[in-house]
Amino acid sequence: MFSGAQVISLLTRLGITHVVTVPDSTVGPWGEVITATPGIRVVRVCREGEAWEVAAGLYLGGARPLVMIQCTGLFESGDALRNVLHDWKLPIPSVIGYRSYLNQDTLPGDTCLTFTEPILRAWKIDYRLITEPAQFDTIAAHLEACAAEGKPGAILIAEGKA
Amino acid sequence: MSETGRGMPLREALAALRTARRETDVVVSTMGPAREWMAQGPLHPLDFVLVPSAMGHATSLGLGLALARPERRVIVLNGDGSMLMNLGSLVTITAEWPANLIVILCDNGAYEVTGAQPTPGSAAGRTHGDALDWAALARAAGFRSVFRFSTLAGWAAGMTEALDAGGPTFILLTVPAVPGIGGPSSPGPAGQRARQFMKALGDR
Repeated sequence: MFSGAQVISLLTRLGITHVVTVPDSTVGPWGEVITATPGIRVVRVCREGEAWEVAAGLYLGGARPLVMIQCTGLFESGDALRNVLHDWKLPIPSVIGYRSYLNQDTLPGDTCLTFTEPILRAWKIDYRLITEPAQFDTIAAHLEACAAEGKPGAILIAEGKA
Repeated sequence: MSETGRGMPLREALAALRTARRETDVVVSTMGPAREWMAQGPLHPLDFVLVPSAMGHATSLGLGLALARPERRVIVLNGDGSMLMNLGSLVTITAEWPANLIVILCDNGAYEVTGAQPTPGSAAGRTHGDALDWAALARAAGFRSVFRFSTLAGWAAGMTEALDAGGPTFILLTVPAVPGIGGPSSPGPAGQRARQFMKALGDR
C-alpha cells in the first residue's frame, strides 16, 4: 500500500530508532527497506510477545521503538502488551497488519476480521484503520497525537492477501 | 518450608552477585529471583524489578535495555520456568548479539511461586527423567560465553570471570526449589517505578 520511501519518511518523522518485528506479507517487506536505513535498527524477534517487551526495554533505555506485527501476532501477544502498555504504562506505538481485510480469497471466513478490532478495543488501544494509500498522513498524525498524550497508539493496515 | 536438595541456596548466590555488581550495572529481575534480590536489602536505582510481569519476558526486556544502552552492563535474573515460556528470546538475543547482556538463569526445576510444581524441563517433569541441559541449549541457541555453577563456592570463585566474559553471556545457577515460599511482591506502582528507573538511567 505504501512505498519504502513513504515508510522511511514516516519513521523518521516519528523519531523511531528501532522497529521490533515479526514479518508478515505486507509489513514484512518494509523491514528490508528499514534495515537499509541508517539510524533505524530492525530487531527481529521470534514471536510477537517478545516484541512488546523488547520494545519496553528499548523505551526504558531512552530509545523510541515501534512494534510492527500482524493481527495474528497481536492475538498471541496479549499478556505482553497488557504488561507493557497497561502495568508499566509505556506508550509503545505499533503498526499491525490486518489480515484478509481487503480480500478473503485465500482464507474465506478468516476470523481475523471477527476478532482484530474488538481485541484492540478490549486492550484499550487507540487505533486507526488504514484501508487506502490516501490515508497515509493519518498514520503519523495519529501516532503523534497518542505520543503527545503519553498513550500507546496503533495503526491497523488493511491487507489484501492472507 | 524446606529446600529440595540440589545446588546452592538462591539467596546466598544472589548475595554473592550483589557484591560484584557494578554501580553502573542494570539488574532486571523477575519471579523467584526478584523475590530473593529484593530480600538482599534496599534496591539500587538501576534495579528493575519486573513485577508485575508478562510470562517469561525478563530476557526480552533485558535485551531491549542492552540494545538501547550498550555502555551499560545489563544483568537479567531469570527462573527456569520463566525461561521455558520464552525460549525464543535466547535466539533473538544471539541474533542481536548485545555484548553487554548477561542472562543468569536460576534453575530450580520448578514453578516455585505457584507451589513448586515441576517444570517440563526438570527431571521430575519429564517422562524419561532426563532434565533439560540448559547450558547445551544456550550454546545451541548461539551463546558462546556459557557458564554453569552448582555450588556456592564454585559460583563465588568463577563469578567474576563469568560476568566479565563478554557477552551475550549465559550463566546457569543450579538452585533448590523452596516449596511454599511464594512469589515476589511488587515494590511499588509499576508506572511510577518505570519513570524513576528511566530517570536513574539518564539520557542516552
